[in-house]
Order: sequence, then structure tokens, then C-alpha cells
Amino acid sequence: MDLTSLTIDAARTAVQERKATALALVEDHYARIQKEDGQIGAFLTLSKERALEQADRIDRMAAEGKPLPPLGGVPVGIKDVMSTRGVRTTAGSKILEKYIPPYDCTAVARLEAAGAVVLGKMNCDEFAMGSSNENSAYHPVRNPRDLSRVPGGSSGGSAAAVAAGMAVVTLGSDTGGSIRQPASFCGEVGLMPTYGRVSRYGLIAFASSLDHIGPLAKTVKDAAIVLRAIAGRDPMDATSAEVPVPDYIAELEKPVRGMKLGVAKEYFGEGLDEEVRLAVESAIEKLKVLGCEIVPVSLPHTPYAIPTYYLIATAEASSNLARYDGVRYGHRAKGVKTLSEMYRRSRDEGFGAEVKRRIMLGTYALSAGYYDAYYLKAQKVRTLLARDFEQAFQKVDVIVTPTSPTAAFRLGEKSNNPLAMYLADIYTVTADLAGIPGISIPCGQTKEKLPIGLQILGKHFDEATILRVANAYEKAS
Amino acid sequence: MKVTEEDVNYVADLANLDLTGEERIGMLRDLNSILDYIDRLNELDTSNVPPMAQVSDKYGVDQAKQGSDRFAYASREDIVEGLRKSLPHEEALANAPDADEHFFRVPKVIER
Repeated sequence: MDLTSLTIDAARTAVQERKATALALVEDHYARIQKEDGQIGAFLTLSKERALEQADRIDRMAAEGKPLPPLGGVPVGIKDVMSTRGVRTTAGSKILEKYIPPYDCTAVARLEAAGAVVLGKMNCDEFAMGSSNENSAYHPVRNPRDLSRVPGGSSGGSAAAVAAGMAVVTLGSDTGGSIRQPASFCGEVGLMPTYGRVSRYGLIAFASSLDHIGPLAKTVKDAAIVLRAIAGRDPMDATSAEVPVPDYIAELEKPVRGMKLGVAKEYFGEGLDEEVRLAVESAIEKLKVLGCEIVPVSLPHTPYAIPTYYLIATAEASSNLARYDGVRYGHRAKGVKTLSEMYRRSRDEGFGAEVKRRIMLGTYALSAGYYDAYYLKAQKVRTLLARDFEQAFQKVDVIVTPTSPTAAFRLGEKSNNPLAMYLADIYTVTADLAGIPGISIPCGQTKEKLPIGLQILGKHFDEATILRVANAYEKAS
Repeated sequence: MKVTEEDVNYVADLANLDLTGEERIGMLRDLNSILDYIDRLNELDTSNVPPMAQVSDKYGVDQAKQGSDRFAYASREDIVEGLRKSLPHEEALANAPDADEHFFRVPKVIER
């Protein structure tokens, strides 16, 4: 049995039925990482001790004939923006190169409580700021489908690891598309839950009104299993919502016949690659054949989403990243004489170019004289973007769009042009701004065999419906 | 050019960044290019649109209540060990670049 190609259920069942041990699953995945990751670069830190301890716990449960929890023995990877007690957590930044968190992120703790085995920490753009993983302060990640191309970002390591069979499933974070876009580029499933669905306690903050945690997985069902394990109110995160968590797995198989699918012309305009357009249109056709009704909707403020996002996200980031001052943790510059010099030099040496650029833009947007023109203006346009979705969702159950305007681009192709890079998020930032859930699933490939992603957006706290539509499409394709 | 060299210096100062001369030149170019693109927001009349700071106040809260009462579920007694035990002193200091057994140490703040 090839233990590195299993889904969650297959892996758990194999361990439960003693056809494989959790230890063998861990060892096979580490062997694969050893063999493949030198050229891909998906992992930043391996947590072998922690993985072996957990695998042993699961194997003992299985030996005693106890029923395993939903992810019992399943090897997972965690994006390096989520704190792991005793395991280095860098956020892809030099400023946290030696940081060892004293506590666990809730999502990680819940995944482990559900039996998952944490293999290690996944590479990502520094502080999750990027769309290609080229902003990692350590090394870029390469797309396992084509090593000359990026895996997407910022959860590039999380996406590449799943695509290369180096983890069954991973956790990523999504602030402007950072789960869905890399899932699309690497040919897998990426789910961003509703804002407030999953606790962010222990997530290194980028933009607090936009940050989400969610899974990258081989199948829609795997994403549903992980969401079920990590979702729900957490008293440690005041923004986690008091909303009941449904049984996503039971909901998956419900029929999609008669469901109303919104299609917005604003997501099929200028800049959309022709091959991507054809693949997405053909996916929509297939959903129609499955009994869904296609309903045209309008999301007229979509062209304003990127500028809105880059004001709000950078403003929040400039505030969140003020904590990196070289006092309590993180890098401190050597040979400094005053406190002020220590702050400046530590931040100068610790942050990379894109992080500095965003801190500068955000600080500018919040500064006296510009607050109304930029930050407040963006918050108002955010209202208009949210209203677009509210109105559309009065007519439809879900909205289907391309995940990204193009398939994976080449390393270096956009790295000298920040604005061109920002436009890679054009179809994903809207959901972050409105706080609605979205999933990206594979829907074919280009002539060059690069994966294409279909995005399905849903109503607030209605992940069950987007998962159901995604599952129906996956089963039919 | 919206952003001038003086703006870059001023904002870097606010953000506690020094930036090299080269970084400042790059920042001037990039900020202007991004803000030019951002200017398209001015095509929209938002004079009667309320700002949206977050989505948490709309979902999963008691809509019949107002203000912070909506978030009653998220509040708790203000006690020292309310949700979890505080970090032991040595764990809290373990990541510090410079500390003694009690405190974080920093360069002298007050010149005399």
C-alpha cells in the first residue's frame, strides 16, 4: 500500500484495521519529504518528536481496539503562521527565525485532538504577504506540477505538500486568497471558512478583520472532515462566532438538483486567461447537467476589491506588526545604543521587502491627513462589496467563479512588480472582505498541464452548501 | 506623484523603520504606483455609505441587542486565571533576546 497517496478516511481506516500503523504513515511521509522536498521546499521545520509521540498514542488506541477519532493517525502539515508549542514558528520571516511558541494555536490543538499527526511547519510568504511564496525569507516553494512555476501563495508550502504526497492534508490561512489560490495552482481543494467559523487564537496576525484558517486537501470530503474538527466557538478568540457547527460530512451527499448557481459577469472580464475561462465555463455546464439552475447575478463593485483590500489589509498589518520590536521575542539588532535605534534596526534587519512595503502603505493610509481619503474610504467600499453579495445571495445559493485569472505563473515572472502580483488575488479578495466562505476545487488543466481552479462562494456560515456543490462536481468529474 | 520623499521619511519614522537610501527610492516608486491604482476608489460616491470595520457584528450575535451587548457570549469575568493559566515567568522570558531572571532588558531609555 502506498501510504502517501491516501485520503483521510483511507489512512484512518488503515490504522484502525491494523493494515498499517500510524508510525508507518509518519515514516513513509518523512521518507517522501526526504526524497522530494529538496527540490520543492514546502517544509521549514519538521516536528519529528511530536509526530512520533502522537503516532504512538494512536497506534496504542488502535491496538486496544478503540475507535479512532476522525483524523486518527493522519499526517498533516501546518502553515508556519500557526503557533505550535515547542516547535519553531517563523511566519516565513527572519524576524521570528528562533521563535519557539509557548502555546498551541487552537486549530492545531483541535486537529491533534482529532487524532492528526503534525509532521512539521509549512513554508509560506513572509507573514502570509504574497501570492507566489517567493516572499518567504527562507526559500521559495516550487509547484510540484511544474518545478519552474510557483505554487501560489501565501500558503504555498501547504499546497505543494498535499500535491506532492508529503502530507495527507494541511492547514493554511487566507487573508486575500492565500488558501484558495495555491490550491488552484497545485490542483487540489482549498477551503476558506466563514469569518468567525474557525478560531484564530495562536495564528500570527496579518490583518485581523480578514484572516481565516482552513484546510488544503486532496478531496472535498477531506476538507469537510478537517473543517468539522477545527470549527466552532473558542473562548480564547473573541471573534470566533457562537454558531452551531453542522455535520459537514453528512451534508456532503445531499443532492444539488434544483440548487441555484449564481454566475457574475464581473468575474469573467478583462485579464481572465482564455483557457481558464473555458475550463470554468465547462465546469458550470457540468453543474447544470447535475441539475443546478444557472442564474446571472451582478457584483458591480468587484473592480474595486483589490484597491480596497490593499488599503485595509496593509493598515491592519501595519498595526499588527508593530509588536515586532526586539524586546520580548524575535530578532534584535546587535550593537545598538538607544531603545529607538534598537526598534528601527531590529525591524529593518528582520523584515523583508514586501513586508516593509505593506507596513509603509498601511501606515501611510492611517496617517493624519490621509485616514479619510484612504482607510475610511476603503471601509466604505467594503460595505458596498458586502452588499453586492447580500443582494446576489437573495437570488442564489452559491456563486461560481474562476479562483484565479491564470494558472500557475513562473518563478520571477511577477516578483519585481508588486501591483501585478496583487492582481493575482482579484477573484479571491472579495470573499475575505465580505467574510463569506469560499472553496477552490480542480476543474481541468491548461494545454501545458497546469491545474485550473473553480471557486464556489457561499452565504455566511453556509460552508455545508459550498461543500455539497463541490462534492457533486468532484464526483461527476 | 502623490507621495514625496518627505512623506516616505515621515511614514518610515512612524513605522519605526530606518530603510536604506535604496529602499527609500524603491518605496517612493512602489507607493506611488500602488496609490495611483487605488485612486479608482474615488470613482465611487460613498458619502451615504457607512464604513465596515468587521463582519463579526452581523453574524452569530443577538440582533435584538445593541452595541457590545450583542457580544455578551464573548465576555467573561475579569479574573487573573479566567480561561487558562498564565505562562510561567521563565517561559514568558524564554524567547527574549535579552533578559535577566525577572525582566526583559533593553538599552537605556532615559539619557541624562
